[in-house]
Amino acid sequence: MIECKNIRKTYVNGDVETNALSDVSFRIDKGEFVAIIGPSGSGKSTLMHILGALDTPTSGTYVLDGQEVSKLDDDELSDLRRKKIGFVFQAFNLLPRTTVLRNVMLPLLYSDTAEKDREERARECLRYAGMEEGKFMNLSNQLSGGQMQRVAIARALINDPSIILADEPTGNLDTKTSKIVMETFRELNRRGHTIVLITHEPEVALYADRVITVRDGVIEKDVKNVR
Amino acid sequence: MVATDLLKETVLSLSSNKVRSSLTVLGIVIGIASVITMVAIGQGAQSSISARIRSIGSNLIIITPGAQRTGGISAGQGSSQSLKLDDATAIGGEVQGISGVAPEDTHRYQVTAKGNNTNTQVIGTVPTYTDIRNVNIDTGTFITEYQQQTSAKVAVLGSAARDDLFGAGADAVGQMIRIKNIDFQVIGVTLSKGGTGFNNADDAIYVPITTEQHYLSGDTYVTTISASAQSADIIPAVQQDISTLLLRRHGISDPTEADFSLVNQADIIATASSVTGTFTILLASIAGISLLVGGIGIMNMMLTTVTERTREIGLRKAVGIRKLHINMQFLMEAVVLTFLGGALGIVLGWVASLLVSHFASLTTQVSMSSILLAFGVSAGVGILFGFYPARRAANLSPMEALRYE
Repeated sequence: MIECKNIRKTYVNGDVETNALSDVSFRIDKGEFVAIIGPSGSGKSTLMHILGALDTPTSGTYVLDGQEVSKLDDDELSDLRRKKIGFVFQAFNLLPRTTVLRNVMLPLLYSDTAEKDREERARECLRYAGMEEGKFMNLSNQLSGGQMQRVAIARALINDPSIILADEPTGNLDTKTSKIVMETFRELNRRGHTIVLITHEPEVALYADRVITVRDGVIEKDVKNVR
Repeated sequence: MVATDLLKETVLSLSSNKVRSSLTVLGIVIGIASVITMVAIGQGAQSSISARIRSIGSNLIIITPGAQRTGGISAGQGSSQSLKLDDATAIGGEVQGISGVAPEDTHRYQVTAKGNNTNTQVIGTVPTYTDIRNVNIDTGTFITEYQQQTSAKVAVLGSAARDDLFGAGADAVGQMIRIKNIDFQVIGVTLSKGGTGFNNADDAIYVPITTEQHYLSGDTYVTTISASAQSADIIPAVQQDISTLLLRRHGISDPTEADFSLVNQADIIATASSVTGTFTILLASIAGISLLVGGIGIMNMMLTTVTERTREIGLRKAVGIRKLHINMQFLMEAVVLTFLGGALGIVLGWVASLLVSHFASLTTQVSMSSILLAFGVSAGVGILFGFYPARRAANLSPMEALRYE
């Protein structure tokens, strides 16, 4: 359901051309839990932006659920992100001074879903992500890091996306909270969600079933974790 | 769905950042209020000066004696004695388009009453003076035709003269005053016209002109003849006719040798307007500068807040909200802030103008054009600089906006 063929991404900065990705091809099936790992500057962030439809490749094709993504315009990319992709960021990226519930409902803004249904759905996702019921009306800046990441996970789930893209989701968390968040991802995967995790920590990548190692813009290794 | 979401999102976004929103609104409020108040003071001054000039009469033509010349040396306008009571009667009888004529013979005398005394102008005049010079009676009556014909020793006090002689607000009707050692009975007091300083219309005593000439000045000359034309557009023609008549009566063939001069109210208003016009330009430039400074303030506030929110815009884009909806929300926020600030600014400017006229006894006049200008500029600047950087941020790719520091 994710199919990347000969993906190439070149950044031009003045006269200098930098190849962030050169000729990357792989395939991720529904229900997989994949970790993309690599040191900084390896091109894994660029790959995640392309997979998340936040950016388009310079050449090559990216097909998500049978839809060719690399040729879409800005609005079509927005629609695709809203419908098919759930993001979990390292910096949580919640709206400040806004309630937990409204943060989770953010992707449903300007959609046809009625306010009541949106709230219903948001509560469902928050419970699913393991958020305590009593904190739903708290402001986002009153939460701990672990709670913020749960809210972010709930927000990623709200549109029932085809893939959940997590970019260093444990980067700002302590070891104990990281463990809880990673267990949450495993639980989501068990319930059938496709998860793509971007990280530079090998121990975080251990939670995934398959690890793709990126180095200098190419795939170095693509192995299954033995459980 | 889009409209209600937009409204809700705008309100939530503005209310979740109360300090930021209220500072922006405050900038707009002060910019608008200061412009409105300043223009109101300028326009108030202008209109109160024209109103005061109009209060001396309507469509007035004032005839004064010319300069007295002795061997080529002029003693100045009005110094000669060349106008007589008969001239006034002739103007009233022979010139077309005149609604009234009031001659007056004015001199300053020491006036006493019950141990108080003052030096004031004693105006010898006729009953029609009240209509022509807009004098209104507060208590008692003005000089009557009968008193005029019989040279009765009666006096009508201006309100300031009454205050000086009998005390503020005292009932002077029926009391006696002495002018040049001659007793006059007070028959009325005029309503205050509210002038101040020299030539205060309230600091005067009116007596019949026959009495004045007979007992006080002892001659037959008059110091001023006021004539009022029936309408404003015939003033030049009436003025010309009066001039021709007086030249003939005085036996002068060359108009440049005239022993009298004419001035009409329109000329006085024109002169005064040019003075107050300069004043208004001064205030308008100050207002313009405050508008500029206010505009830059609003621009700064909008630019900073929207730039601060670049990451938020990136997040909105990343979760799949369309560019159009992000633009609409920021435009809406800018519109709500500027209109809220604009409305409060208009109210504050209005209240400030009222306070100025109440406590500083300056007439103020809030004008629609200043409201529109101040509001238009602030709203324009606020919306432009609230919307433009948001649009720029929404055009960035989401991850660029998310990384923005």
